[in-house]
Amino acid sequence: MAEKNFTVTSESGIHARPATALVNKAGQYSSDVTLEYNGKSVNLKSIMGVMSLGIQQNSEITIKAEGSDADEAISGLTEVMDSEGLGN
Amino acid sequence: MSKQLTGIGASAGIAIAKAFVLENPALEIEEKSINDVDAELDRFNGAVSIAKEELEAIKNHANEQLGEDKAAIFAAHLLVLSDPELLNAVKDKVTNEKVNAESAMNEVSNMFISMFENMDNEYMKERAADIRDVSKRVLAHLLGVTFTTPASITEEVIVLAEDLTPSDTAQLNKQYVKGFATDIGGRTSHSAIMARSMEIPAVVGTKTVTSEEIEGKTVIIDGIDGKVIIGATDEEVASYTKKQEEYETKKQEWAKLVNDATTTKDGKHVELAANIGTPEDVKGVLENGGEGVGLYRTEFLYMGRNELPTEEEQFKAYKEVLEKMDGKPVVIRTLDIGGDKELPYLNLPKEMNPFLGFRAIRLCLEETEIFRTQLRALLRASVYGNLKVMFPMIASVDEFRQAKTMLLDVKEELTGEGVDVSDSIEIGMMVEIPATAAMADVFAKEVDFFSVGTNDLIQYTMAADRMNEKVSYLYQPYNPAILRLVKMVIDAAHKEGKWAGMCGEMAGDQIAIPILLGLGLDEFSMSATSILPARSQMTKLSKEEISSHIDHILSLATNQEVVDYVQEHFATEEL
Repeated sequence: MAEKNFTVTSESGIHARPATALVNKAGQYSSDVTLEYNGKSVNLKSIMGVMSLGIQQNSEITIKAEGSDADEAISGLTEVMDSEGLGN
Repeated sequence: MSKQLTGIGASAGIAIAKAFVLENPALEIEEKSINDVDAELDRFNGAVSIAKEELEAIKNHANEQLGEDKAAIFAAHLLVLSDPELLNAVKDKVTNEKVNAESAMNEVSNMFISMFENMDNEYMKERAADIRDVSKRVLAHLLGVTFTTPASITEEVIVLAEDLTPSDTAQLNKQYVKGFATDIGGRTSHSAIMARSMEIPAVVGTKTVTSEEIEGKTVIIDGIDGKVIIGATDEEVASYTKKQEEYETKKQEWAKLVNDATTTKDGKHVELAANIGTPEDVKGVLENGGEGVGLYRTEFLYMGRNELPTEEEQFKAYKEVLEKMDGKPVVIRTLDIGGDKELPYLNLPKEMNPFLGFRAIRLCLEETEIFRTQLRALLRASVYGNLKVMFPMIASVDEFRQAKTMLLDVKEELTGEGVDVSDSIEIGMMVEIPATAAMADVFAKEVDFFSVGTNDLIQYTMAADRMNEKVSYLYQPYNPAILRLVKMVIDAAHKEGKWAGMCGEMAGDQIAIPILLGLGLDEFSMSATSILPARSQMTKLSKEEISSHIDHILSLATNQEVVDYVQEHFATEEL
């Protein structure tokens, strides 16, 4: 299992477009990928799950991956967080 | 046999193409038990994959036509259709409860919809609408109901619809949509305004176009005379093709005036500017020889989306318009929302009389965060061109003062942050409420300019809802009551050394132009396509001569008497 914490820096939080990019990326891995925020955990491959968290600017989030390509998943998703200007 | 319908010519020109009916079907979902689970799952997967293909096509179109920003929403819609939480829940339901796919899908998506609707975050509440959209697409396929959106059109057609919402029109692709006709609406409804800015022929207010048998038939749209011909014969197609060519020839004549200044027969200059809705419209303004932008309707930045535009997004749009206009005047109107233009994500309560309610500057002075964000974006953009800021729906001097104070506050805030702001921004207001016309002499001391918004001024003066067909006969632009108010505004401005413009549809109207010229109007802002015909007309009119007719015109009794008088005495341009 691999995991990483992020602080969301984007002005509008994780809204439709960046959420789309994250979910698309997560879908490329066979590992189970979850997103934790505020005590809740959702499937990061589910757009509705991600959006249901309503993540705003300055939120602390954790991305966890479990499976054969867990490490790749975390580094791939870190790249998306960065390229979409979501956070670090 | 062809059939002819009469409506209102909303956008000039002739279009001939196959009919395409834009329908919004109601879906009736019945729960049924099934035996063959695998067959039902196949049916479900099939419907989902067709829906995905459609969304993929829509996304690509939106990408090309409207840019990546607007297309992003469709990418999110596509992901909803790949969402394991949604798909697995539906499949589980079909498998375990042995119910048909449509009722399973309906139930699961309703669960998600209500989950989003019940969130306390306004933005998230709006996601419910996205899920509703997407699931409706899948359900329509399961039920075998045809489902169409304007963005899905991929061949040359005439779009026929009961009405087109602003977001429908935003999805129209000019490459394929040659023209449109609607049942409801008038010259000033949004679909009509959009048609003129997209320069596609349109007829609105036909009352019955969608109730005709039309799918696939050849349709002619005559936006010049407000006619729609359904199932056109070869002879009709030939005769309208000729009319289309004649109109094109006329347009080429007008096109020669594109680089000329607007000068009347007696050598007076007036400014012909254009009304725009998006930065993309500037191209049309320049191609049609516009001398400025007299009205930039910023509400389109806020519409057809699910959250407020950020300061940065707005800044980019305003800067783009100012830069493209290259120093020519650009009047940007602050947010004018409410009335017939709703923003679902603001969750404003339904009103009995939205046109008399909480809208435009009234909303901005209350929702100050929204207003300040816009003002910051405007002021930051001010250094890139010749910006003039205009407040809509001002009713009282207090409101103007409040709005102006906020603007100056924001300016100070920006200067404090070290941001450059132009020092020569004019601050003006719309005159669309009769009370402000009555007080124009007082307002004139405090504003830098007036711009008369005739669409609303007429409806408020005549107390006639412009969306209501039954009272549309009262929509009388040439009624001397309106002309007298316009005179008061122009005279008041000039007395204080200010300028007066007009940004309603009337400013580009061939009957109104001679009168407005005679009244001394300084700036005429109209649909870009009206500029060249107006410039051509101006060269045939003498301002001084018309001035001597003004007293008589203002003493006439009716709208029709004014029309007759103008047609008898002054040159109008054959459209």
